[in-house]
Amino acid sequence: MTPGLAGFIAAGQDTQTSDDVISEVLTALEQEFTLVPERGGSLRTAARRRTWFDTFDWRLYRAGLTLEYVPAHRGGELRLSGASSAAPPAPGSDVEQPVTGWQASRAHPLRDLPDGPITARIAGLVAPRALLPAVTVSDAATVRRLLNEDGKTVARLVIDQPSVPAAGEPPLPPRLTITEVRGYPGQARRAVRIVAGVVGVRPATEPVLAAALRAVGRRPGDYSNKVDAKITAVMPAAQAAATILLRLLDTIEANVPGVLRDIDTEFLHDLRVAVRRTRSAVKLFGDALTAPLAPRDSRLTGNDLARFAAEFKWVGDLTTPTRDLDVHLLGFEDTARALRAAKPDDLEPFRAFLAQRRLREFRALSRGLRSARFTALTQDWRERLTRIRESGSGRTAATGRSGQSGSPAGETAGTLGMERTRRAFAKVARRGAAIMPASPAESLHDLRKRCKELRYALEFFAPLFPPVAYGAVLGDLKRLQDCLGEFQDTEVQIGEIRVLATSMLAAGEAPAVTLLAMGEVTAGLAARQQAARAEFERRFAAFAGVDGQRRMSLLLRGGLA
Amino acid sequence: MKIYATYNIKGGVGKTTTAVNLAYLAATESKLRTVLWDLDPQGAASFMFRVKPRVKGGGKALIRGKRPLDDAIKGTDFDNLDLIPADFTYRNMDLLLDDAGGSDRKLAKLLAPLAAEYDAVFLDCPPSISLVSENVLHAADVIVVPLIPTTLSVRTLDQLTEFVDGFRGHRPDVLAFFSMVDRRKKLHKEITENLSSERPDVAVTVIPYLSIVENMSVERAPVTVFAPRSAAARAYRALWSEIRARTE
Repeated sequence: MTPGLAGFIAAGQDTQTSDDVISEVLTALEQEFTLVPERGGSLRTAARRRTWFDTFDWRLYRAGLTLEYVPAHRGGELRLSGASSAAPPAPGSDVEQPVTGWQASRAHPLRDLPDGPITARIAGLVAPRALLPAVTVSDAATVRRLLNEDGKTVARLVIDQPSVPAAGEPPLPPRLTITEVRGYPGQARRAVRIVAGVVGVRPATEPVLAAALRAVGRRPGDYSNKVDAKITAVMPAAQAAATILLRLLDTIEANVPGVLRDIDTEFLHDLRVAVRRTRSAVKLFGDALTAPLAPRDSRLTGNDLARFAAEFKWVGDLTTPTRDLDVHLLGFEDTARALRAAKPDDLEPFRAFLAQRRLREFRALSRGLRSARFTALTQDWRERLTRIRESGSGRTAATGRSGQSGSPAGETAGTLGMERTRRAFAKVARRGAAIMPASPAESLHDLRKRCKELRYALEFFAPLFPPVAYGAVLGDLKRLQDCLGEFQDTEVQIGEIRVLATSMLAAGEAPAVTLLAMGEVTAGLAARQQAARAEFERRFAAFAGVDGQRRMSLLLRGGLA
Repeated sequence: MKIYATYNIKGGVGKTTTAVNLAYLAATESKLRTVLWDLDPQGAASFMFRVKPRVKGGGKALIRGKRPLDDAIKGTDFDNLDLIPADFTYRNMDLLLDDAGGSDRKLAKLLAPLAAEYDAVFLDCPPSISLVSENVLHAADVIVVPLIPTTLSVRTLDQLTEFVDGFRGHRPDVLAFFSMVDRRKKLHKEITENLSSERPDVAVTVIPYLSIVENMSVERAPVTVFAPRSAAARAYRALWSEIRARTE
């Protein structure tokens, strides 16, 4: 059978049920064709269950891919459709791969995927994330052949009845597909026209996946670690600040279950980034939440703000040890492969030690995230921010440009965003320019922090900037940040490996070859750090030189336009 | 892609019923992507699959390469099985091949692009000795020869084998089988039993003379579709298994 020529949904109209629609479709087709059940066996095929898998942040969906798992008597099969989820799958683009030991109800790390065409296609895209079941659909298909006057099959009508077990009744509306028989395109088109003309039938523009997700209260792409706060330039500054911080809190809370279940390391990473952004935001424009313009009963005091800032620092610190060990473990294979003098196996005791450490640190992290302190923090923070956001909703701040630091009263999101971004950029430009070849490492570490603040400021207020100018500034900043990140991360890792080596030695778990291999790893890291240092001047000049400053001032002017 | 041709110089020996049933079994039971080309202008195979015996532009457009073979393909009612219908202009195919340079490899060239899409091709040939049949014999990997159990038919097989042995380069396997066998006839019984055991190019499987096979033209479907448990269906299944086993 050739792939579907056109898909429809028997949605029904007014009091029409989907059964009514189907019976009208059959009657209409019978005016033109003879309809008979598909040969060989019953009219209705056995119910088939399909489960869609994707990463928590929808990496496959965003790449236009759909991964489907179909369980079978022994093992099961994965099917990857290469079409964009916004349209019906393109014919011939499916890739299939058998799998064993898969379950439709649980998360599967990449190591559960055996070698095969699907693994080859998606591993790079998915890593280091796990694949999670998004939704399960059960469907039964009924096939009728459409015969011409010679009794020849010239097209088929496939009626699919999908249902979502997790959503219960009612099932999703039936889907009708006319499939073409090779060499009879005219008749299939005729059948499509007939079906399309029946009242209550509408084109199936939405894939079953999206409809099924909606039935369980979700939508594809419903999680992203991007800030994407819905702010406008004319919004009061306090309301915009609360909106941004609430969006960050959503991200923190969305990741907690995944961290606690230890599904993959990205949950913790995203949670940490959202916490760091929260802390930066409080520092950058927290005063907007304390501004007198906000109603007195909702605004925060300086003390409140300091308390929340301290609590978020606590959350950040709580997550650091596990994340640091994750970084070591994620890069372990590459590190081992890069060894020249030592053998990769020499590092195995180090890996075991890291894994053991991680287990211990993860327990402490779990206790922290399950604690009353953490719950109180997020609840309280949400409540206070929601009140501020709602007290300002529907209002438009008095336009004008205060430009006065520390006095955001009456400010709009536009003026707040531009002023704070300008200030963050000025800090980066000033401190970066003061760095000389002989400057201590600390000055680069400090610059890295300032760059992060600037980056976050740009991301918080992204909706207010002209996109092209924004992209140009962000690209240069990212490259500078990568350089500074490499410089500091390698230094931190060297320090950590030294501490770990001492701990391993003290625990009697450090064979000489392992220590030697660890020494080689630190030497490699030191070489990378030096290379990053040598690269710094060029990266900084590209971002904050004369051209960079011009680009930034264009961006800020555009944001106020 | 493997090309099977059902061929016999004589008519009425069961070439078309064989091609239709074997192609159906290849597609549905062996799950091979299969296409059957009805080269006989009478269009019996096309009729059995309820496909109109008509090709746009006729045989001329196909032979001259003005229309790719691909364009003429029609889906049958069965998964994996397609058909290139007959056309009345095929009666002049000899002349067309002659006009196109008289090559005995033209058909093989026309079929080559189908390899990307099909695992098995069946050629149902008209009964003749002509440039068409020479082309078919050169294109085929396996020539399936239905024989009526008579002494003369064995001579025909020898002539064919001799002809094929003279090919330079690619030489197809030749496998004959007895068709329309009436076990009540002494001569049929003797010839089938003796030759099947004596000659390696004659299949052990025989297709008996059964009226249900004739019903194919009434039902317009392979016998394995409308009478899947009949003796005829069993015999065609056994024949297909034997052909595959002996020509792998």
